[in-house]
Amino acid sequence: MNEEIKQEAAPKAEMQLPKGNELVLSSSPHIHANEDVQKVMLKVMIALMPAVFAGMLFFGNAAILVILYCIAFSVAAEMIWCKFAGKPLNTVKDLSAVLTGLLLAMNLSAGVPWWLCLIGAFLAIWLGKQVFGGLGHNPFNPALVARVALLIALPKYMTSWVPTRFMDIDGITCATPLGVVSTTEKVLQNAQGVFANVANPEAYQEYFLGNMGGCLGETSAVALLLGGVILIFFKLIKWQVPVFYVATVAAFTAIINYFFPGVTPPALFHILTGGLLLGAIFMATDMVTSPMTKKGAVLFGIGCGLITCIIRIWGNYPEGVSFAILFMNSLVPLIDRFATKKPFGFHAREDKEGAKA
Amino acid sequence: MSSSKGLTFKGGIHPTSDGKALSSSAAIQDAPLLEEYQVIIHQNIGAPPKVLVAKGDEVKKGQVIAEAGGFVSVALHSPTSGKILKIDNIPGPMGVPVQAVFISADGEDQWGELMPPMDWKNAEPQAIKDRIRDAGVVGMGGAAFPTHVKLSPPPEKKLDCLILNGAECEPYLTADHRLMVEYPEKVLEGAAILGKAIAVTDIYIGVEVNKMDAIDTLLAKADAYGIKIVGLQVKYPQGAEKHLISAIIKREVPTGGLPMDVACVVQNVGSAAAVADAVTEGKPLIERITTITGLPVKNPSNWRLKLGTPIVEAIKFAGGIVCEPAKIILGGPMMGFAQKSLQVTVTKNTSGVLLMKKEEITQYQSTACIRCGRCLDACPMNLQPGSLSAAIESEKFDLAAKNNLMDCVECGSCAYVCPSNRPLVQHFRRAKAEIRNRSKK
Amino acid sequence: MEVFVTAVITMAVIGIILGAIIGIAAKLFKVEVDPRIDLVSELLPGVNCGGCGKAGCADFAKSIIEGENPPSKCPVASQEQISSIAKALGIEVGDAVKQVAVVFCGGDHNQEKVQTLYNGVSDCVSASLIAGGPKGCSYGCLGMGSCARACPFNAIEMLNGLAVVHPHLCVGCGACIDTCPRKIIELAPQTAKVHIYCNSPEKGAAKMKVCAVPCIACRKCVKAGEENQFIIDGFNISVNYEAEKLVDTAIFENVKCPTSCLLSETEHLKIEKASKSEVV
Repeated sequence: MNEEIKQEAAPKAEMQLPKGNELVLSSSPHIHANEDVQKVMLKVMIALMPAVFAGMLFFGNAAILVILYCIAFSVAAEMIWCKFAGKPLNTVKDLSAVLTGLLLAMNLSAGVPWWLCLIGAFLAIWLGKQVFGGLGHNPFNPALVARVALLIALPKYMTSWVPTRFMDIDGITCATPLGVVSTTEKVLQNAQGVFANVANPEAYQEYFLGNMGGCLGETSAVALLLGGVILIFFKLIKWQVPVFYVATVAAFTAIINYFFPGVTPPALFHILTGGLLLGAIFMATDMVTSPMTKKGAVLFGIGCGLITCIIRIWGNYPEGVSFAILFMNSLVPLIDRFATKKPFGFHAREDKEGAKA
Repeated sequence: MSSSKGLTFKGGIHPTSDGKALSSSAAIQDAPLLEEYQVIIHQNIGAPPKVLVAKGDEVKKGQVIAEAGGFVSVALHSPTSGKILKIDNIPGPMGVPVQAVFISADGEDQWGELMPPMDWKNAEPQAIKDRIRDAGVVGMGGAAFPTHVKLSPPPEKKLDCLILNGAECEPYLTADHRLMVEYPEKVLEGAAILGKAIAVTDIYIGVEVNKMDAIDTLLAKADAYGIKIVGLQVKYPQGAEKHLISAIIKREVPTGGLPMDVACVVQNVGSAAAVADAVTEGKPLIERITTITGLPVKNPSNWRLKLGTPIVEAIKFAGGIVCEPAKIILGGPMMGFAQKSLQVTVTKNTSGVLLMKKEEITQYQSTACIRCGRCLDACPMNLQPGSLSAAIESEKFDLAAKNNLMDCVECGSCAYVCPSNRPLVQHFRRAKAEIRNRSKK
Repeated sequence: MEVFVTAVITMAVIGIILGAIIGIAAKLFKVEVDPRIDLVSELLPGVNCGGCGKAGCADFAKSIIEGENPPSKCPVASQEQISSIAKALGIEVGDAVKQVAVVFCGGDHNQEKVQTLYNGVSDCVSASLIAGGPKGCSYGCLGMGSCARACPFNAIEMLNGLAVVHPHLCVGCGACIDTCPRKIIELAPQTAKVHIYCNSPEKGAAKMKVCAVPCIACRKCVKAGEENQFIIDGFNISVNYEAEKLVDTAIFENVKCPTSCLLSETEHLKIEKASKSEVV
């Protein structure tokens, strides 16, 4: 083996060194971490897999179809835009459109028709991303733009939820726990009794596993938490965003529930139901639309949490995660501007100047 | 040593393959004498030296061919004995033509009159500093800043600590590593001399823990000199002056400040060895240890090269090439400079000649930033490279300056981790140039 | 109905009150402005290029009225515009010479002998910081088009890696000059039709190594031309734009530049356009 290599190397030792013409000129650094956007997107998708499987498990074939439709239509939307805008097809290759499609599917009910996926995918890619200049320039999370647009335009389809395969319900639709709470709040002055029906230890167990009505990706808390651990392990998200988001919701609802038990159910109910975990772990942490600094991520998480609580408790909609994240997305440039890092040696200089003064 | 992982700072990166194994066990070899040397005149930061020789002059090895052209300047010496052919432009390491003295070697390689050896233990600090200047010693890690200037702070700045930089955090380079393994006494004695010159007894040598053989060798002999050897975590840019200080003595150099602001001086181990040569033997700095490495090089190895050796010859010393290099870099892969001519010659700060294959090199793209924030975590200066780059691309240089662009050390950590492969460092270099131009006006 | 009437009345009252406040403020805080500034500003081209050295056309108008600059200092305005300003103000036109920018380099991709594979930001300052740019010549055009982007009149076109000025579009505002890190763009009188497209001070042999069209200082043009028409500066020759009689295209009857760097504007443009179409 060694001899073979030597034989090959010997004649090449006479190789002529290149003239300047064949050399590449570029700025330092000349080596790279071997990480690209495609790999980042792929890792996020891997982190989403537990939730995807949970969705398939609970909602069956319908969920698989919705996921496939959304991904296919998103990629198609991306390709069509790139073709007509004369852009290279990089964004198709880097899987960002696939991820957007997957996230959109996670935000839809398993029972939606195929054309709704089509509209959603085009809204996400075109309105959510490409009109702003494509990946990296979009101020709002594309999947959420699509979800909110669909929710407002087609509320009938977006708020009818199919029951999971393990639910003991006859019929083709069911209510989400948050929906139940929201309607009772409006009817009754004090809904504490009704809350006990949906917010009790047995119910929490079901919610934790994912056996409740809702979007196909948002139901299973355990799968989402697993995904969150993967994301944080790969350093794909700033842990500050989900942690402070969930903590704010927990603290806020716990306080309200403690003083006014008839106004809203306990904190654990708020954490496990609705799209909070999906939103906090996968939607709010979208790199393009969240702050870059850790300080900013904390502010962003707290802001999302507060708005979510306000909409859930006092708003007209049962769920406020999408609106909260979109609203905070719009504040990201402002957060980025003020939550900046201090350079190395900054404090040392301040101390020195302070000592002089 | 405090822990097996070593001391370190906040931020920085861990390059996946550091390429040091290629040449780290290759002993330093003396380069054969060439027929001609082209010694670049302006090799130091600061004022260019004044040339003392003219075409046709005979010079001896070690003879002064240019004297210091000011306080921030050092002398330049002939690398061999021979005749001055001419003084003409050659391609410089930065791509701009520079003046060089062409010396035709007579083959004798005969030393001229050396400076007398000094009894440094009883010498005046100023005498040591003058000797260092006369021997032409500069920072051999990369910046080529005259060593004696660093040793001469303004009187109001007191010094209490000297740190020798043996981190060699640049991937691929092993010149300092081999120097510490093979010539530990020179490094230690040089450190002691430098300490004497600034009247400091608190002396550290920081070495990354991937060079355990160097640490062990130095440790075995360090007690005699009263020098402390510190293990540092393997991380880039561990050898950056400010971060070395932060890791070893936990002091933070103020922004825009110098190590002397925290009563500290940092020198490269190569410079220390050169100081030892200059003081104890009276030999000026005319050669340096350079790593010639990279996958296309047949025998990646460490060589003692005379100043003025064209890199094309240096590559031939290492056996030539076995496959087509796509990039030739002076220095390491993180901060080195890509070359377009092989006629560039070795200078006092050429720590390495690195050849890279086409598959290895980074292809920069101008795809959009996905705001992942990795550059923020990687930046050892705690800046926000992503935001700075966005400001520069829209030509908002004032905004970039306000966001502390001028603190950037161009270490390249941000561009290394960027998943979008954006040319961040190039943007920063450009913006710094533009800002300097504007402030001149 | 009642709501409608209330709304209309409320809006009307608010409108009257606000209008009154504005009217009073306009009277109280009136700033006296020389009406001639507006008049001159109207007559100026209004592109705010800064070619006159002032912050914009209004600023230039003020400086004309204050006698600081003659109207002809405006590089953009046509002769008629300038004389109409002078007539309106009753002052002299002034005698500033019309100038155009010239990029003193002919090294497009066909002519440059050394071209490395540059991989980086497409900007001249950025490129010049990396090993002095992709081309072999350290004095020539870098070809990244910073000047073309800076030109407010789109008078500079990048043709096959070389910046070329379209003289009929150039107004001589000089916006391109500062953007060039190599400082190879200069203003020349519009009447000068022949230029030497090289500025490298290197020796002829060194230039020939990196470029096919350098000035090698053979002096054929100097001998063919009249006295004082050229300036010999070391290893480079340039056209003397301050000569009493500028060198004109007639010189080509007597001399053919061996490296074709002495060219007329139109010929230069023609060559570069052709070289671009070859590449495409």
